[in-house]
Amino acid sequence: MKRSMYGKYGGQFVPEVLMPALNELEEAYERYRDDPRFLEELAYYMKEFAGRETPLYFARNLSKKYGTKIYLKREDLVHGGAHKLNNTIGQALLAKYMGKKRLIAETGAGQHGTATAMVGANMGFETEVYMGAKDVQRQHMNVYRMQLMGTVVHSVQSGSKTLKDAINEALRDWVTNVGNTHYLIGSVVGPHPYPMIVRDFQSVIGNEVKAQIMEKEGRYPDSIVACAGGGSNAMGIFHPFVGDKEVKLFPVEAGGCGLKNTEKEALHSASLCVGEDGILQGAHTRVLQDRYGQILESSSVSAGLDYSGVGPELAHLADIGRIKPCNVNDEEALEAFYELSRTEGIIPALESSHAIAYVMKMAQSGELGDLVVVSLSGRGDKDLETVFSLKEKENRRVCQ
Amino acid sequence: MMIQEKFELLEKNKEKALIAYVCAGDPDAGTTKDIVCALVRGGADIVELGLPFSDPVADGPTIQAASHRALDAGMNPDRYFELIASMDAGVPLVCMTYYNLIYKRGLEKFATDCAKSGISGIIVPDLPAEEADDLHTACRKHGIDLIFLVTPVTNEERMKKILGRTSGFVYIVSRLGVTGARADVAQSTKEILSRVQTDVPKAVGFGISDRQQAAEVLAAGADAVIVGSAFVNIVASGENVNEKIEVLARELKSACKEKRG
Repeated sequence: MKRSMYGKYGGQFVPEVLMPALNELEEAYERYRDDPRFLEELAYYMKEFAGRETPLYFARNLSKKYGTKIYLKREDLVHGGAHKLNNTIGQALLAKYMGKKRLIAETGAGQHGTATAMVGANMGFETEVYMGAKDVQRQHMNVYRMQLMGTVVHSVQSGSKTLKDAINEALRDWVTNVGNTHYLIGSVVGPHPYPMIVRDFQSVIGNEVKAQIMEKEGRYPDSIVACAGGGSNAMGIFHPFVGDKEVKLFPVEAGGCGLKNTEKEALHSASLCVGEDGILQGAHTRVLQDRYGQILESSSVSAGLDYSGVGPELAHLADIGRIKPCNVNDEEALEAFYELSRTEGIIPALESSHAIAYVMKMAQSGELGDLVVVSLSGRGDKDLETVFSLKEKENRRVCQ
Repeated sequence: MMIQEKFELLEKNKEKALIAYVCAGDPDAGTTKDIVCALVRGGADIVELGLPFSDPVADGPTIQAASHRALDAGMNPDRYFELIASMDAGVPLVCMTYYNLIYKRGLEKFATDCAKSGISGIIVPDLPAEEADDLHTACRKHGIDLIFLVTPVTNEERMKKILGRTSGFVYIVSRLGVTGARADVAQSTKEILSRVQTDVPKAVGFGISDRQQAAEVLAAGADAVIVGSAFVNIVASGENVNEKIEVLARELKSACKEKRG
């Protein structure tokens, strides 16, 4: 098996012009990943800038109500309000060591774009972010945040005007400016070595959980639940536990308005659950596509999960049965958004609400066991407008 | 006709090759047929017919828009091969598409369909040599050329690997970036041409839109020029398309007939 592969998934399906850049990135990562100076600087940023480690919070009220012990891994407390900064710190440092002057990134919900803008401003990069026009509209607070930090935000008008199209546009920028530019991919997707690099930088989540849960409970959890769009918070919290077979791992995808497709569009973003083998944006993975291989536009109430593909390693772990893909729909996610706000005084991101919703749904079934860790990947401030506009439509249902 | 035969014929006539690209099904299948005829009348030696993909990452705005027009008009791989089979272009036809459409159809079936319908070669801009073993095998089996790209940033080691793989011709990307007509044909053309040491014909593309640019690239030592976006722009304009296409093709081809160095 090639190093760039996860089972049959992964690889480097990119234009020839990007191959040298991917090789350069891989070499740099191999050189610096164990370099004491690099690691020291990484640790400094993680602690002093990002605010790690994040708490593993025992959700007492939620646990009582749903009859199982639920811990929340509070990635919503990372600077910027989501786990995304873990990866942008790592990659920006790598770019700095590689001598790059410019960062580009794609963003869906705007969280990764914001986290890129933060490191860009802090470490002195020229930073540009590509964001689908539809996402610019529904997440415009994040657009302002990025602009405040000196980042140029490009509104992408092509295709479904969401994350997939933002990645296409960022790739086009990269093929043009590959010499001085690092493409800071925000999830465990794209060509090798990105899925590996992003997973490694995000693994700080799972590594902290390991130590924290041992201290609090003296054992590993029965299950870990995390939302998955591209899958970076999921891979980050799962990865350190993959070898611990007794810990069940549940990636929760966006079920949107049901697991159905129209001719050009999927009503969901559940590529692990119902996607098929395909090649999208540099990687062989599971994708939402029609019978000819045209990529379907995905859909979800949560911009950060609204993606037609998924990380290749997650596809592999699903194939071999190590993770158990599941999904909740828009309604259930919204319900969880309210529920966590009311019961715990924590407003979750709509993305993370999917993970909470799955726990609410399955807690009674015994499927999750007695000790559950949920990745609370981000905070919900960015989603207030979306949620209130849905509410304003006189409780009109999200899906017609 | 095989691509190699075509180049041998041109060699005999002391001509260089004009390779033209249009997107199949833009704006509809019937029009594409007429456009191919116009290209050939104007002197195109090889025609690349794009099989449109929903997410064409290597293409600039012109060809992205063409792909979407074609998809909206109902182009798909089944209809693509029907269209090809119904043509009698008299020149080699090359399929340019993205890997997922090939993968989804099945490499073996895709290569078979190419051979049956009259496609001589395939270009896959998101399939680097490292990932191409399986498709290469399928193409060889069916006598289809798999055409690879090299760029100004391709290093010597990979250049060797790619030149060992490519057949029909090697597609030389003259400058970084996506497809699209540009006013300046990159200075790097000369430099990269000097680095491409091979017996396979060298075709230069990306950014060439007029006779002057074509002449410069050919003078620098290319065996062929590839012109895409300039033709696609004419298709997009929707006015006197066949006539304008033929005129542009003739103009570009005239640069290929000047004294061969």
